[in-house]
Amino acid sequence: MTVEATDAQASIPGDKGGPALVEWIARRSEGIVIPLAAILVGLAAFSVFVAFLGKSPFDLFGLMVKGGFGSWFSIQNTLARAAPLLLAALCVALPARLGLVVIGGEGAIVLGGVAAAAAAAIALPAVGILPPAFLWVAMALAGMVAGGMWIGLVGFLRHYRAVNETISSLLMAYIGIALMNNFVEGPLRDPSSLNKPSTAPLPADHMIGNIPGMDVHWGLVAGIVACVLSWVLMEKTRWGFAARIAGGNVRAAQIQGLAVGPLILAFTALAGAFAGLAGMIEVAAVQGSANASLAAGYGYTGILVAFLARHNPLAIIPVAFLLGGIEASGGLIQRRLELPDATVLVLQGMLFIIILFSETYYGRFRIFNPDLWKRRA
Amino acid sequence: MAATEIGLWGVPLAILAGAIRVSTPFIFVSLGEAITERSGRINLGLEGTLVFGAMIAYAIAYLTGSPWLGVLAAMASGAVFGLFHGWICKFPKVNDIAIGIAMMQFGLGMAFFFGKAFIQPVAPHLPAIGFGWWSSVPQVRAALDVNVLFLVGIALAIALYWAFRNTRIGLVIRVVGDSSDAARAMGLNPDAVRLLATAAGGALAAAGGAYLSLYYPGSWTEGISSGQGLMAVALVIFARWNPLGCLAAAILFGGAGALGPALQSVGVTGGYYLFYAAPYVLTLVIMIVTSSPGRAVAGAPGELSITR
Amino acid sequence: MSHKFIISRRQLLKTTAAGAALGIASSTFAVGRAAAADLTVGFVYVGPRDDYGYNQAHAEGAAVVKALAGVTVVEEENVPETVDVTKTMESMINLDGATLLFPTSFGYFNPFMLDTAAKFGDIQFRHCGGLWTDKNPTNTGSYFGYIGMGQYLNGIAAGHASKSKKIGFVAAKPIPQVLLNINSFLLGARSVDPEITCQVIFTGEWSLAVKEAEATNALIDQGADVITCHVDSPKVVVQTAAGRGAHVCGYHANQSPLAPEMYLTGAEWNWGKVYTDFVTAMKEGKPLPNFVRGGLKDGFVKMSPLGPAVSDKARAQFEATHAEIMKGGFSVIKGPLKDNKGNVIASAGQSYAEDAIELESMDYLVEGVVGATS
Repeated sequence: MTVEATDAQASIPGDKGGPALVEWIARRSEGIVIPLAAILVGLAAFSVFVAFLGKSPFDLFGLMVKGGFGSWFSIQNTLARAAPLLLAALCVALPARLGLVVIGGEGAIVLGGVAAAAAAAIALPAVGILPPAFLWVAMALAGMVAGGMWIGLVGFLRHYRAVNETISSLLMAYIGIALMNNFVEGPLRDPSSLNKPSTAPLPADHMIGNIPGMDVHWGLVAGIVACVLSWVLMEKTRWGFAARIAGGNVRAAQIQGLAVGPLILAFTALAGAFAGLAGMIEVAAVQGSANASLAAGYGYTGILVAFLARHNPLAIIPVAFLLGGIEASGGLIQRRLELPDATVLVLQGMLFIIILFSETYYGRFRIFNPDLWKRRA
Repeated sequence: MAATEIGLWGVPLAILAGAIRVSTPFIFVSLGEAITERSGRINLGLEGTLVFGAMIAYAIAYLTGSPWLGVLAAMASGAVFGLFHGWICKFPKVNDIAIGIAMMQFGLGMAFFFGKAFIQPVAPHLPAIGFGWWSSVPQVRAALDVNVLFLVGIALAIALYWAFRNTRIGLVIRVVGDSSDAARAMGLNPDAVRLLATAAGGALAAAGGAYLSLYYPGSWTEGISSGQGLMAVALVIFARWNPLGCLAAAILFGGAGALGPALQSVGVTGGYYLFYAAPYVLTLVIMIVTSSPGRAVAGAPGELSITR
Repeated sequence: MSHKFIISRRQLLKTTAAGAALGIASSTFAVGRAAAADLTVGFVYVGPRDDYGYNQAHAEGAAVVKALAGVTVVEEENVPETVDVTKTMESMINLDGATLLFPTSFGYFNPFMLDTAAKFGDIQFRHCGGLWTDKNPTNTGSYFGYIGMGQYLNGIAAGHASKSKKIGFVAAKPIPQVLLNINSFLLGARSVDPEITCQVIFTGEWSLAVKEAEATNALIDQGADVITCHVDSPKVVVQTAAGRGAHVCGYHANQSPLAPEMYLTGAEWNWGKVYTDFVTAMKEGKPLPNFVRGGLKDGFVKMSPLGPAVSDKARAQFEATHAEIMKGGFSVIKGPLKDNKGNVIASAGQSYAEDAIELESMDYLVEGVVGATS
């Protein structure tokens, strides 16, 4: 297998031997070294903040490692918090490839949860005969259809009515939460849910359980699979290719004969379906019913995750883990250093500003760019 | 307090009063964001600036006893946030939308962190002017207690509308917003213009926050804003970057927000969540009705990342 | 391998005294405090610790416990009712060595606290507001206070202060604990004047400043001249009502510094007493009760000092009723009583004492309350 020199970006280390491998490593390491360096700088900036408060940064970082990554318990804590962010971030990242800024995933999450709970109420009588998996499939379908229609409508309005997707998705998030509350406290309310209005709870043996050997539910796996599939869709299929062209320039895409409208509809609907699935998982694996806690802000955190991952579905996975780890260690920081919970928000803000700022350094360092090595030689 | 039965008149009165009381933060944030976006930048982080402004205004008003000093301090802090956003976004490949979201976290974090000490104290409020002197109905008088910042907001909207069209500064902002290349050809420095436009936007957003903590609802708590800052940024797109449109959108939003509580107070009790969603539904419907594929980007600054 | 780790740790828990084992485990990295104490107590709050309301009342209780000798308190605020609270509790157990946990928000009870308790049989969990039954794990329990009595006393002060004979209530959600407070407030006022009505507005959220202010204004526009509330942070309601010239009754904590002239009285929690009881029992090695309830008499609930706007006549009735409640057996919900749709709640002679379990599933508003439960 021979690869043209100009095509080196896509080449993989194979029979070309040593120099090619070094080049490959150099190119690939840019996307790892720069964010890691940014994280270090961000943590350094935060230690200055902490030192000003009269607390020891070393205590702080010791606690962060311990609380977020330092033991098997802490790792599971991190993973559990990261799980819902994966699907929520996809709801932002997929439309972003088409150039759309969708910030209302929260609405699709809560409505996906309500639809899943409603489907469970309908399907539950049949479950005595059929296995629980039947119930989960019904719930997942209901959640994904509800979420897909919700964000799909955003895409529809964008393409066929030229309604800006950012504002319509935000407005629809508020409307979705209102609908959720209305259903949960109205027609779908379980009368025995006294002080926390909820839909009828799933029986304990019909909850989606944990991954064997772990204290983390299967939603984590669903999220990772969805990220990988989305990456394949984006990078390896012609639809993904078409989406990226349309995202770059709608007119150019139309000239090439791409059906931009259906493309936007399909991608926004898929994005919403992922968010709806996140809502279903909250109901079937965490809450056991739909209630106001579905609006936990995952949709908004997902925006941050997607932007930090530069809308790359695979990069969403480590970013979500980073965020989960910060949240997991945030509790320990509060408790041991007696700092308010806002400390974690400050840390997140500082860290993410610096990570996002570091994007300016891509392509600036000779060491990551073998083409420049050659030019010099 | 003389009791006067107003019955169903309470609903239109509440909408009027709500439009005056609730709209002010939306006016300030959306006007500020209009300046920023007209220069070709978007700052989604104004929610954080708004809340930080609310905290600083309350803290300074409490410490100095002067609510106006609080407003000034808030505006200064907002300008700093804006300058930081403007500076960081001038670097190539830095995404202004993403930085805005991270700045929102940062602003909220700083506000909550340093605001802990100011939840318990009571700060002096901004004064109101009673425009209801002609009425003997206490509810009408209360509804027409208008805060000075609301009036400033109206004046500002008109002034900005005029300035964008008729002044050199307005022209410069618009040129920079429409095309960096054209601006450079005219000898302008787009980054500097955007830096100042973002700083102005931050200062105005923080003034909106000061209104929240120093007038209505008039206290500092961590739940003081329920997303007003983010919503106001969206309203700018709704208003098509027109300052008078921002004013109208903010007043519409404030008035519609008063509908839910007012309806309950006159006995319409069912489905109150849906009435509470009225401002969002109304805005969405108006957007759908007034948009059409042909007029996609009418009025949108050419350099704006969110509409490109 | 990971699985084995969990099992071995569980075995460790079974064979060793849990507190001691975890104490050692955490002392390797403790910042110097956790190791010294022999009892670590964890508090989880749903909102900010200093909200002038629900969470502050609990944090003040935690501060009382903190002052006890040999007790370490760990606290976490703004913990949502999601997997986060499960992980927070587990983290307090695994990393801080907490053996007694107080998750203080209603939504933590089911499934989060119950599931966690099933996993950690040696750790004690006590929950605020839940309805514990003997079907729940025995290392769990719930506590709550009969604060409806406090709202009844609020109502007496309000009934005397109201000139318009209309009083107002800003409520978060139509749930039993809130409905009992609304009904008690009105019935207290009606014990002064049976003509009084109470308008209620639901905001739909536990903490939403602007909507709470709008609701307060809407109530006053409709003629209400005394306002109280049941939201997590009453600060906004108290300040808005006082700013409009209406009298206010407080809730959760003492809000009188916010409106010294207009504040009549308030129904406050006194969690310090409840937490001290639990912690003391735990330290003495006594079994902790599973279902704990108490009212004014038991020191679970207290009233804010009466404000300057309370008339002598009001003070007399307030104090007489207060003394009556302290004697025990006082009923607010008693016949003949109808709800505001005309259904009979209690016939003549029938009454529900404060500890009647039926009151914890209240789903009606009594006659005289203007508003609806859905």
